[in-house]
Amino acid sequence: MFTILGIPGPLLFGQLLLGLINGAFYAMLSLGLAVIFGMLNIINFAHGALFMMGAFVSWMLLEYVGIGYFPALILAPLIVGIFGLVLERTIVSRLYKLDHIYGLLLTFGLALVIEGLFRNGYGSSGMPYRIPAALQGATDLGFMFMPNYRGWVVLAAVVVCFLTWLIIEKTSLGATLRAATENAPMVQAFGVNVPRMISLTYAGGVALAAFAGVLAAPIYSVNPNMGSSFINTVFAVVVIGGMGSILGSILTGFGLGIVEGLTKVFYPQASATVVFLVMVIVLLARPRGLFGKAV
Amino acid sequence: MLKISGLNAWYGESHVLHGVDFEVREGEVVTLLGRNGAGKTTTMKSIMGLVPRREGSIAYKGAETIRMASNKIARAGIAICPEERGIFGSLSVTENMMLPPIVAPGGLDLDTIYTLFPNLKERASTSQGTKLSGGEQQMLAIARILRTGAKMLLLDEPTEGLAPVIVQQIGRTIREIKNRGFTVLLVEQNFRFAATVADRHYVMDHGVVIDMIPNHALEANMDKLHDYLGV
Repeated sequence: MFTILGIPGPLLFGQLLLGLINGAFYAMLSLGLAVIFGMLNIINFAHGALFMMGAFVSWMLLEYVGIGYFPALILAPLIVGIFGLVLERTIVSRLYKLDHIYGLLLTFGLALVIEGLFRNGYGSSGMPYRIPAALQGATDLGFMFMPNYRGWVVLAAVVVCFLTWLIIEKTSLGATLRAATENAPMVQAFGVNVPRMISLTYAGGVALAAFAGVLAAPIYSVNPNMGSSFINTVFAVVVIGGMGSILGSILTGFGLGIVEGLTKVFYPQASATVVFLVMVIVLLARPRGLFGKAV
Repeated sequence: MLKISGLNAWYGESHVLHGVDFEVREGEVVTLLGRNGAGKTTTMKSIMGLVPRREGSIAYKGAETIRMASNKIARAGIAICPEERGIFGSLSVTENMMLPPIVAPGGLDLDTIYTLFPNLKERASTSQGTKLSGGEQQMLAIARILRTGAKMLLLDEPTEGLAPVIVQQIGRTIREIKNRGFTVLLVEQNFRFAATVADRHYVMDHGVVIDMIPNHALEANMDKLHDYLGV
């Protein structure tokens, strides 16, 4: 067995892969938060609950309707995205004229209500979701065995993050979104239906969270608390990356996942706090975040 | 083309326009002259639906727009080049140019626009719209609304703070787009510049229109105008 810095190779790479998986979820979730914050100026505290809903909806689709994993990857984000659209139209949109803090309080309350409803209906012990047959097993990479499903999660997350970045930075729709983030009244005065664009942006960010939820279902058990256990770290990621930065959210998400994984190898006691330590250091040295624009 | 009657507008508690009346006929270039704070920009923003509270009547081609959202007004064929130019720093020059959606057929194509504004073609690859010089930003702000097919253009102080040679170029552009059948409502501080492009001038003060002077009568009314504008 080979070792690196006195650590057995398989252990190191195993933790690196775990870190990369966590990083994939951090990236997808903080990306959605960044998109929503840019457009709505609302810190969407319900994001973790909507991630959990994505996992639950895929579980329900399988349990009640017999719809499997791959269709659920499309259907669950669609269903939860529509739920997000209804939330935005009926509740969230009433707060745009008020201070940030109201949006934060409202979405925090929504998260508690959603999680409470699922806990009431399904308990908090969690339900297993089987890895789809096509992604079971493991591949020998030479230096380690990689479970196929974990490789798939990283791949899917990278593709989804890249596509989101591409849409926002390189298409005319993305240019309109960026312009509306900068000066919404001006964009509306050009003839763009900005309120509709805001609703669809919220739905898109929510769908991204739900997609992450479906990916997470076979890894973590499907339970009402799965979102809230993630979301604290995700908010730290957003702060470190810089509010509203698309590329920053993606890179910081993956990067911090890896940092967490490495900490588990070298100093396991700090693995739960290392992200917040990084946050403190970044905020001291660069208050706007690593990729944030000057305020 | 555009008929405004009894227009009142408010920013929060402050009542800015107190019954503005004037009209712009198809194919005309009309200016709004007046001192700072007379309500010229607020009038422009009211026409575009950018003022939160407004009352009275703004009829465009006979249709009432006072209750419309600004995107609906834009779709009806009115476009604004705002005083602060509204160039987006997070968009490249080309993205800024292509941002306003086409609202009607008959807009200028990019080739024609680049003939009118050759410097914009050279700067098309600039990554941030706000990296352009003031004059270039102004030209971009005018150029991008010529693309959209809107026939009623609101230009709010397009010459403000620009070098004389750029002001001349903007003057040529306004005469050129008039020849192409556009209708222009122009806010100006500089009435010498306005006289080179406009058919008629409305003078505003304290939120109302106080006089109308046809361009050919400008010389004869110079004393009165100096009095109005306090220059």
